[in-house]
Amino acid sequence: MPKVTIVDDPANGEGKSVEVENGTTVIRAAAQAGVEVPHFCWHPGLSVAGNCRMCLVEIEKMPKLAIACATQVSDGMVVHVNSPKAVEARKAVLEFILINHPLDCPICDEAGECNLQDYTYSHGPGHSAFEEAKNKKPKRVPLGPNVVYDAERCILCSRCIRFMDEIAKEPTLTFVERGDRVFIDTFPGKGLTNPYSMNVIDLCPVGALTNREYRFKARVWETSSTEGICTGCARGCDINIWVRNNEILRLTPRHNPEVNYYWICDEGRLNSFRHVNSKERLNSPMIRKDGVLQEVGWDEALAHAADALKPFAKDEVAVLGSAYSSVEDNYVLQKFARQVLGTANIDFLRHETEGNQDGFLIRADKTPNAYGAREAGVVSTKGVDANRIFDLISSGKIKALYVMDDDVVTTKEREELLAKLDVLIVNHWVRTRTTELADVVFPSATFAEKFGTYVNFLGRVQLSRPAVSTQEQERVPGRFNMSRLDKFGSPFDKWNKGPRRNVRSSWEIVSAIGSLLGGKMRYQSAQKVFDEVAQSIPSFKGLSYARIGDRGALLKKSKEEALVR
Amino acid sequence: MTTTNGNGQSGPKLTLWEKLYFPEILRGMSITIRAFFRPKFTRQYPEERWVPPPVFRGRPVLVMEDETHVERCVACGLCARVCPSLAIEVQAAETELDKERYPERFEINMLRCIFCGFCEEVCPEEAIIMSKDFEITFTDPRDTIFGKDKLLIPASQLRDRLEFLKEYR
Repeated sequence: MPKVTIVDDPANGEGKSVEVENGTTVIRAAAQAGVEVPHFCWHPGLSVAGNCRMCLVEIEKMPKLAIACATQVSDGMVVHVNSPKAVEARKAVLEFILINHPLDCPICDEAGECNLQDYTYSHGPGHSAFEEAKNKKPKRVPLGPNVVYDAERCILCSRCIRFMDEIAKEPTLTFVERGDRVFIDTFPGKGLTNPYSMNVIDLCPVGALTNREYRFKARVWETSSTEGICTGCARGCDINIWVRNNEILRLTPRHNPEVNYYWICDEGRLNSFRHVNSKERLNSPMIRKDGVLQEVGWDEALAHAADALKPFAKDEVAVLGSAYSSVEDNYVLQKFARQVLGTANIDFLRHETEGNQDGFLIRADKTPNAYGAREAGVVSTKGVDANRIFDLISSGKIKALYVMDDDVVTTKEREELLAKLDVLIVNHWVRTRTTELADVVFPSATFAEKFGTYVNFLGRVQLSRPAVSTQEQERVPGRFNMSRLDKFGSPFDKWNKGPRRNVRSSWEIVSAIGSLLGGKMRYQSAQKVFDEVAQSIPSFKGLSYARIGDRGALLKKSKEEALVR
Repeated sequence: MTTTNGNGQSGPKLTLWEKLYFPEILRGMSITIRAFFRPKFTRQYPEERWVPPPVFRGRPVLVMEDETHVERCVACGLCARVCPSLAIEVQAAETELDKERYPERFEINMLRCIFCGFCEEVCPEEAIIMSKDFEITFTDPRDTIFGKDKLLIPASQLRDRLEFLKEYR
């Protein structure tokens, strides 16, 4: 394997030696040595284009400067990243790029997370020899339903073109015109309608491609970002959740080579957080008094639920878990069913839409945690699955049902079916047709409001962290990137008055009812629940929140898994 | 120079002339009486109002173009970013105009504003400037947050300050 020396600081000529694979490019070798070479067109997930010339470095024994992204290493190579010659060349490159780049950072959405802005600040010349008028090009061009293009800002790095070609496998974008008139457009008759089209927005190193929905909504420094998991399908893509004023504004993908690389689909990006901000959110426990659901306090509702479940025999109650809920929620629910209620009538509903999937990221299973719910034990060992539970309700053998975080009423028949129950207890985050029928309703926290682990279809456990504060759960300091308002604001600020909902995690609700019914299930945190999961379920053995880390951890293969899949 | 006088308290050491007391009283009175005949500079506020010079930093306002009645502001949020007392809140939105974005909501909490003028200094559009208005009183805390209705002032009324900025900034 070739050994390369990367010299970062010219004053300290020693540099750092790294051993890399044959064929590695200099920019990757430098990254391995912990040195960032500035770049625009190069992206680790895409092919090498080498057209921005920003990554020029000086390599000993080479007559000219070389671009780090397209130069392969050889043994004994010595690379000077910040030698005076390289620094001077990059300054010139930036000055050239800025010739036709409008200085409209104040109205540009990228400002604050713009590579060009950052590099101009850190590597730029600080002046321009160009005094003439800048180019005029098309602005506000809708390339597709979700992406708006500003040709003046575009620095023609071709990342978006390469993404559509190589990753989305639908080459709809191309350069048109020549020289300083070049801009990017879709081929005639085509639009940027690919299900992964919005990744080009994240790829764009400047503000040329913008998210139609997020456009002008907020400045980057006003929003905090929290590491979360997309709950749109069973892939469980890693995401960052961007929040201002306790409201989710956008999702962006987070790199995880084991799950989603650098990408997420448009569906997940746009729609998987809708329910968190929804106007239909439940905001208080409710119990049915005189036929109407009325808001009550937590203690009253919990006691009411426990009393309502008490009179029934083991076989008369059933419990439905949820593939939308975390492992912790499902584990506590199955413990509640087995140890407190003593019932084997437990299952969860599947939400698979056949056909709505592809070979890349999107899965037919539209829930984030079906695997985890199964592993946590929300499956009947006696064959009383969801369909059987509905049959038994229909024949009047099951008289009480607990539904966690799911909407059971999808058809008219189901509605009539649930009306037959003596007791229906539901927890959910929004008002649904199921909650309308319930005797007791608990508002539960969404994925963005709680700690929770989700197991994707490959058996990878990932941790999602609270990005939105509730009345009882604050975001955990140090576990999210704070916005300026988080850093300097106070709880009395106007922009801190976003809705804090009166919700609890499902495991909290279920364990509280369980405790009232005499079960031994008091947990202080989701982490404590997970520690118990790791002890009692073999496939989770040895795992903890710390072990899961940023990339997630694979579950140990269980016998059940082979049967189910 | 201070020393300790007879009763243990410190004070200036007095000369004999000063210790005689009356001559010094008369000297003081002469200063007072002379002031009676000097010109008066007391202003009969509020009947008689002071017009501050353009350099004065009164409450920050948003400049509205005279002809179009459109605010200059593009809602970039730099004033909110630079404001040391976090007094400004801006919500941007898209507009069909050439400037692309405009402030859908622009609020300054006048209880927080410290009249430092940083917002004016950082503004890339000369859209928020310090006015001559210093008469800011409230009887209700809800009135202290100024929205666009109170902030937008036609450019013609702000000519002094705009010219001052052109010359000295």
